[in-house]
Amino acid sequence: MKLSTMHDDLTLSGVARGERVRLRSIAGGHELLSRLASLGFTPGARLSVVQNRGRGPIIVELRGTRVALGRREATRIMVERDGGGQDGR
Amino acid sequence: MAADRTHVQPPAGSAPPVLGPGQAVLSGEVTIIVALAGQPNVGKSTVFNLLTGLGQHVGNWPGKTVEQKTGVYRYNGTTIHLVDLPGTYSLTANSPEEVIARDYVIQAQPDVVVAIVNAASLERNLYLVAELLPLSRRLVVGLNMVDVAAAEGVSVEPQVLEAALGVPVVPMSARRNEGVRELIETVDRVARGEIACRPNLPEIRADHRQVLDEIHALVAGCVPAPYPADWIALKLLEGDVEVTAMMRDRCLPPERWEKVHTILMAHEDAILSVASGRYEWVGRMIRAAVIHPRAGQITLTERLDRWTTHPVWGLLLLTGALGLVFWLTFAIGTPLQELLDTVLLGSLSSFLTTALSGAPAWLSGLVVDGILGGAGTVVTFLPILILFFAILALMEDVGYMARAAFVMDRFMHLMGLHGKSFMPLFLGFGCNVPAVVGTRIIDSPKARLLTMLLAPLVPCAARLAVIVFLAPIFFAGAAPLVALGLIAFNLFVLGVVGALINKWVLRGERAAFIMELPLYHRPSLRTIGIQVWQNSSEFLRKAGSLILVMSVVVWALASLPNGDIQTSYLASAGRALEPVGALMGLDWRMLVALLSSFVAKENAIATLGILFGTGEAGVGLGSALQSALTPAAALAFLVVEMLFIPCAATVAVIKQESKSWIWTLMSVGMLLGLSLAAGILVYQIVRGW
Repeated sequence: MKLSTMHDDLTLSGVARGERVRLRSIAGGHELLSRLASLGFTPGARLSVVQNRGRGPIIVELRGTRVALGRREATRIMVERDGGGQDGR
Repeated sequence: MAADRTHVQPPAGSAPPVLGPGQAVLSGEVTIIVALAGQPNVGKSTVFNLLTGLGQHVGNWPGKTVEQKTGVYRYNGTTIHLVDLPGTYSLTANSPEEVIARDYVIQAQPDVVVAIVNAASLERNLYLVAELLPLSRRLVVGLNMVDVAAAEGVSVEPQVLEAALGVPVVPMSARRNEGVRELIETVDRVARGEIACRPNLPEIRADHRQVLDEIHALVAGCVPAPYPADWIALKLLEGDVEVTAMMRDRCLPPERWEKVHTILMAHEDAILSVASGRYEWVGRMIRAAVIHPRAGQITLTERLDRWTTHPVWGLLLLTGALGLVFWLTFAIGTPLQELLDTVLLGSLSSFLTTALSGAPAWLSGLVVDGILGGAGTVVTFLPILILFFAILALMEDVGYMARAAFVMDRFMHLMGLHGKSFMPLFLGFGCNVPAVVGTRIIDSPKARLLTMLLAPLVPCAARLAVIVFLAPIFFAGAAPLVALGLIAFNLFVLGVVGALINKWVLRGERAAFIMELPLYHRPSLRTIGIQVWQNSSEFLRKAGSLILVMSVVVWALASLPNGDIQTSYLASAGRALEPVGALMGLDWRMLVALLSSFVAKENAIATLGILFGTGEAGVGLGSALQSALTPAAALAFLVVEMLFIPCAATVAVIKQESKSWIWTLMSVGMLLGLSLAAGILVYQIVRGW
């Protein structure tokens, strides 16, 4: 199904400013996983994108903190649109 | 590390006395060790500074280039040895800091661990508490920055949190000096056993319960002494590099390791599950304790970030901030430096010259020209550095520095670096020495080495001083343009070299850019003051040791064998280099001036003064130089001076921080080749015009 493929491909890098998403998985080496996980990037975590322009780094808010991520790191974080509409904090 | 300390035991058999705050305690002197843990940006150093003031000891953790701070605080008959652990987000071996923090808690077994948490980002902060609790049950949580949290629309109920965690929680605002005394009182009572900690320990999620038990069974009996076996099992499951290596290489018999390894291979991303489990625990802890009375409001941080992290406005703002820094440096710092140079050094050197007139000439030369002229001159740059340190500490303390790094990330990427490398490089405008030391904040060793290599290309205040002195002599009205052009050229070279080294030398994976953007808050003058004081005294210590030695060595080269610089080894070196100099239109004297700038960059001027026989940079030097050099050669000289090998002090800290002679020599060789090539190129092009 086309829709679900699009859905599966969504990374944090493709999420527009102001949108809220839920983290699905992280594709990357152990070090990246470990560093991100300790900052709260775990499956199911709610993220809201604060800044996402061009090819620069992005800013997300999760668990009450703002975190800057390089563009490459953002493309490794798979997300899905948050249906719940609840506050991510 | 603390063989003589007394462990405080709860009084056996009798109920502990009930004490009101501030009341005297009956028992005698006790000494306890308290470790201060916390994530970055929680105000941990503010707490530490409040308690220890200037009486803290700053060094390095054994065998590491990570700063270690310890201090002593006396309270109520208790001598508290405070150990400031590095700020870390977790206790997994993602960085040397994290390894240091957890090894200390496990091996030194401090009497009490204080976890400072930021009330405004409690959820993420309690993650570290979830990692600390299994290692130390005598834990006190310092709930810091309650005022900042309130301003951001977050309020935390300490009693509810305390009941949920099962360990004491003390609300505080270190910035306002509120609650710190209560924190210490609680620590003291926990150490005396008057408050019992019954922590609610986090558990692994059900989906990994079984596999953890399997690993636990396999490692049982093989875990070395201070390590808790269940902790080792959990860290193996997390894929912790250090623990895995330790168990594989030193503890487990090969056949057992094979079994463990097979299990681990099947659960490679278990870290996500373990972390999720901890965050679920955190969620339960805070659900009742954290309230958002003003949820949905636009906070100060949100409003400011719209400007400071904007690709255009953010960059303009940063440019403005940097401009202000330079303006302040030159408006205040440079006159002070000149004042110190002429008044303090001048009178000191004439005093010493007179005092040593009876002594052999070499002794007065060593003291006046070698020590005062080298190390002494470096010290006169302290006012400029203090200004720089203060502004940087301010930018860091209010939370702006992370935004500056964010804005610069795009540009740093061109060199394979990321935003964090911007901070130490920026410090380089003041002095390259702290810039090299400042590379410690960079997570990846490769990126750190590259930043260290690039730092000397940032023109430091000493080089700017040379430019400011010489440019008007040759270029009159165009001097400011020439000076700006030289700075821009250095930064351009920095970019090109960075991109090339990244492409050809340091190939391979690039470090991830992951950086917290802390909430903005009012600066603490005390924190800034102590930081400036520490950085400055560190710089002075270096001037008194490394820089001193190098100054003497270069002075010896400039005066041996006959005590005359014209016939010295340094002059011979200058003459030997004359064929190279000819390509730039420079005679041997200009080359010797360059070589002497190795002691301290601004020495170039003093050396020219001596070699052109006009005395100490007097009025005659300008016209003497004008007649000796064509404008093309003068420009070439300035270009070389700006790019030339780093000064002795910088070379010494590059060696110290990189722990590699090869890397240090590579840095020197690269800059030598680069500066001469650029000088020749500039001379040949400009001359043809």
